[in-house]
Amino acid sequence: MVYLDHAATTPMSPEALDAMTAELGRVGNASSLHAAGRRARRRVEESRETIAAALGARPSEVIFTSGGTEANNLVVKGLYWARRAADPRRTRVLVSAVEHHATLDPAQWLAESQGARVDLIPADEHGRVHPEALREAIGDDPGSVALVSMMWANNEVGTVQPVKALREVAAEHGIPFHTDAVQAVGQLPVTFEQSAMTISGHKVGGPMGVGVLLLARGVDPAPVLHGGGQERDVRSGTLDTPAIVGMAVAVDQAVARQEEQAKVLTELRDELIARVRAEVPDVILNGDPVDRLPGNAHFSFPGCEGDALLMLLDAKGIECSTGSACSAGVAQPSHVLLAMGADAVRARGSLRFTLGHTSTRQDVEALGNVIAGAVERARRAGVS
Amino acid sequence: MSGGVDSAVAAARIAEMGHDVTGVHLALSSNPRSYRTGARGCCTIEDSRDARRAADVIGIPFYVWDMAERFHHDVVEDFVSEYAAGRTPNPCLRCNEKIKFEAVLDRALALGFDAVATGHHARLSPDGVLRRSVDAGKDQSYVLGVLTREQLSHAMFPLGDSTKAEVREEAARRGLTVADKPDSHDICFIADGNTRAFLADRLGAAPGPIVDESGEVLGEHEGAYGFTVGQRHGLGLTRPAPDGRPRYVLSIEPVSNTVTVGPREALRVTSITAARPVWNGPGEPPAEPFACTVQLRAHGEVYGCRAQLSGDTLHIALDTPATGVAAGQAAVLYDDDVVLASATITASS
Repeated sequence: MVYLDHAATTPMSPEALDAMTAELGRVGNASSLHAAGRRARRRVEESRETIAAALGARPSEVIFTSGGTEANNLVVKGLYWARRAADPRRTRVLVSAVEHHATLDPAQWLAESQGARVDLIPADEHGRVHPEALREAIGDDPGSVALVSMMWANNEVGTVQPVKALREVAAEHGIPFHTDAVQAVGQLPVTFEQSAMTISGHKVGGPMGVGVLLLARGVDPAPVLHGGGQERDVRSGTLDTPAIVGMAVAVDQAVARQEEQAKVLTELRDELIARVRAEVPDVILNGDPVDRLPGNAHFSFPGCEGDALLMLLDAKGIECSTGSACSAGVAQPSHVLLAMGADAVRARGSLRFTLGHTSTRQDVEALGNVIAGAVERARRAGVS
Repeated sequence: MSGGVDSAVAAARIAEMGHDVTGVHLALSSNPRSYRTGARGCCTIEDSRDARRAADVIGIPFYVWDMAERFHHDVVEDFVSEYAAGRTPNPCLRCNEKIKFEAVLDRALALGFDAVATGHHARLSPDGVLRRSVDAGKDQSYVLGVLTREQLSHAMFPLGDSTKAEVREEAARRGLTVADKPDSHDICFIADGNTRAFLADRLGAAPGPIVDESGEVLGEHEGAYGFTVGQRHGLGLTRPAPDGRPRYVLSIEPVSNTVTVGPREALRVTSITAARPVWNGPGEPPAEPFACTVQLRAHGEVYGCRAQLSGDTLHIALDTPATGVAAGQAAVLYDDDVVLASATITASS
């Protein structure tokens, strides 16, 4: 099997797997007061410190969640509620048009049921959001903005956003700035300098079902989950000690190896792009040609349906993604590509190949050997 | 793979025969919630989940193919416009003709597959001739009769030699969770089963007269499209017939928007004309009239007849009168249990 879908999920690192497996065999609720509880609590706090250190945050800024989606929901909804409660004029939520659904959909929900107004900040043809566009959206009414959320790097087309410049625009007006860094950690140098940042365990070699919301001091979203008051009262729920331990090992490794990993993946990815271009000369590379995630190659194949191509490649043992949202398994044209100005046909004719820590030259070779045949087949089936 | 028991067992059987099988579920609505839900449906999220689980158990890859646009255009819109024209369409037949064995088959062939297999209860002999299922009560050869030889040459119906009871038993034995899922009925894209309301939504109210054979107005209707030839109930007539006997819809005239009713005897027809004939039986279509049997609606009675193909028309002379013959339905000719041809009924007398 040739696994080229590391952006969906990447294999757990052996060290993270070992650490988590060992922890799964032990008893103890981190909130219990007895020895077993204290032991579990210690493991959680050590993990919190590890993650904080890896990302340049303070341990107290680490909020464990069930994953990236929960972290994004918590920050988008929670900050909206808290900031509006403090000043009822703050009803605007500014997000980029190319955000993940885990950010877009909570924002949309706020608009539909909580009186928010969502401003989608446009992206250019490479999927890049310009600080000027954010400045323009804030306009002469910064007092009405509850929060700004802009991803660090795009999960579909891999474009890296000018996060620092975007954050500075928000900071000029004292507006909280959140970034979804789920795809960035381990591939790019990531430092926590924002109001809030989302990280996911299983995208960096840790387990599924665990994530982190980094929250700067003084940034206090209203909780989405109420209960036992864990995690600074912001996120109730029994702490998942084994998953947290596994995630900490993975984050630590991913950050430590980031520079080397980026070099290896960039080289491999450029080879993949060159090979696909050689096999399918009219292929279109989507996303920023330079400023993109080292492991991401995203193409549109003119005259093909991405679904058909995916199926044909799957049958040849090559696993990739159409990179688009599904409901009942039916692909909708990607909102990211549409926001980049692609038409629906080009959007539906696209595939994402993403590399990670287990990728090899043989993987790229295997794709290169079958892509032309698959594209020819898919073209015969046409675009409906 | 609809998510029902038939297509699941069909897939399991051909996979076991050694074919390289891929499970495909058709998404027929861009908004699945607007279609039937639960046990009665055929195109809900629950059904796609059931189909996926069946594919898992069988051990074959599984994908959802989006056929919503094609289905809407070729089946739903066709259904509405046929009713508007005073005819009574069969959407399942249309779906087989235009979706399963045209849109899906074309795509499958282009992608390198050899055939489309379905869970229909019908047999296909090695020379590509369609026959009734061994389970007469479940036989679906009527709704497949419209397929051309070319389409049939890329079709597989692995269930034709089994009864429905055997299929359910086999599903249970294979560990398929859909083994006891109820059969789907009626029209999958009409959520509440109320065809008249569905049509009224799309065609609007169009009141017109209900008349008897002499032309005397007996009442008013809300839209001629709400009626089918042979229909007895729901006429809404307050005045009983002079002889006190029930009245039936005899004809629907869309231009004058008139529904004509009369006694059951007036429904009897012996001569049928049908258009767009497809000869898919063995050999060449005979030039001379020939003796055979004909079925005039799904699960309908079978009549002895003499049929003649001339150009784009099929003429049928029934041995005994039939009632409730509606334009728009298919006339499917059989020689014993072998399908010979089909055509769309245009007129009867």
